[in-house]
Amino acid sequence: MTPTLDLRGVAFAYPDGHQALFGVDLHVHPGERVALLGPNGAGKTTLVLHLNGILSAESGHGEGSVAVSGLPVTKKNLLEIRRRVGIVFQDPDDQLFMGSVRADVAFGPANLGLKGAALEKRVMDALEQVGMAAYADRPPHHLSFGQRRRVAVATVLAMEPEILVLDEPSSNLDPASRRELADILRGLDVTLLMVTHDLPYALELCPRSVVLSGGRVVADGRTYDVLTDDALMRAHRLELPWGFDPRTVPVDSLPG
Amino acid sequence: MGAGHGHRLHFHGHSPVHRAPAHLKVLALLAFVLLVVATPRDWYPVFALHLAVLLGVVALARVPLGYLLPRMVVEVPFLLFAALIPFVAEGPRVGVPMPGGWELSLSEHGLVAAWGLAVKGTLGVLASLTLAATTEPNEVLRGLQRLRFPDLLVQIMSFMVRYLDVVTADLGRMVTAMRSRGVDPRSPRHWPALARTLGALFVRSYERGERVHLAMLSRGYDGKLPETVR
Repeated sequence: MTPTLDLRGVAFAYPDGHQALFGVDLHVHPGERVALLGPNGAGKTTLVLHLNGILSAESGHGEGSVAVSGLPVTKKNLLEIRRRVGIVFQDPDDQLFMGSVRADVAFGPANLGLKGAALEKRVMDALEQVGMAAYADRPPHHLSFGQRRRVAVATVLAMEPEILVLDEPSSNLDPASRRELADILRGLDVTLLMVTHDLPYALELCPRSVVLSGGRVVADGRTYDVLTDDALMRAHRLELPWGFDPRTVPVDSLPG
Repeated sequence: MGAGHGHRLHFHGHSPVHRAPAHLKVLALLAFVLLVVATPRDWYPVFALHLAVLLGVVALARVPLGYLLPRMVVEVPFLLFAALIPFVAEGPRVGVPMPGGWELSLSEHGLVAAWGLAVKGTLGVLASLTLAATTEPNEVLRGLQRLRFPDLLVQIMSFMVRYLDVVTADLGRMVTAMRSRGVDPRSPRHWPALARTLGALFVRSYERGERVHLAMLSRGYDGKLPETVR
């Protein structure tokens, strides 16, 4: 089976000489939900920007290869790669830049050449999936933060990606919005890679976790096993919130 | 967080002026301003006529003058500059008796020039505010597009409209944070700190611009906004 994401020996240094990645190997298979964990400065964002070719060996000092469902990430494949990999950025104000929710969600599919009724259907389907269809004609900056985060997810869903990549999906959300987003993400029929510091969220949503530290993959396994490996956690500045113990979570409520 | 609803210049209404197509309003504004600017400054009665036409449009739009006038403060720096001209201009001078027994000497040409600047500026600002009060920013942009205004400029302006609130809120939070640490933005002693805040705001906005561009590239942006989404 072709993996949805296939990273081999990805290394990258920024033009200022700062080396962020030192040979990362990562495979994500169709239908998986994977959490990408790691302390600040571990290279998570750099890695994410490799997935759709914003950064690559071609654009900086890098090595290795990235392929999405078998298609290598190169300049001539960029448009198709960006359709296949949907990235939801951390600050929805960065992602929502058009005058209305509808226009914003339509931006991606319209760039892919969709028009008219097909475009409209794509937009409304995506908004339906995140429960925001009633807000299609509102300007994005009049929505609450949680609503904007959900619209940001819809903007990417509208491109029908093969893998959804979320950068800190639960940050700045109140507990109710955080839970609603979890319900939405669980209901999506799409491969998911989630970059997060919110370890309970990772345990709740992702059966598998990958730990990135100092530009290398240092662990890759069941989220439960990663979070209960005290030595690993301590070595890479990962800490569970006070009072949270994965061992006390009922086993049948864990995903997958 | 949470930006204010509606734009601060727009006055919600359903008058004929509100309903008129935006591109016609933009053209009318342009024609009016050109006419005002082209009017020789000593044709005093004609300016009264200009003002009457403008006030007629405002009345038709049912926008209260009490709404427009406070928003004309943007013109103040310009008026201050106009007020300086009579003091510095050359030519024959007139004396204006002042309380206290002395005379203020003003240039005649300067006075006429100041009048011209002030009246033309005021008419232009009032007309622009009337357009802004009766037309949503997005409508103005669509109007400009229909007038075949260069696409790149329309894009830049639409981003300005979208991010104005975000950047203003950024600035608001930074000033609140400074106040919380004992800075009084009104006191000149703290202006250097305020200036640095503006510098930081510029850098922040620039970085946000880069992040927005990344987000656009990630969704297949290739240099022009797709036709259908506007």
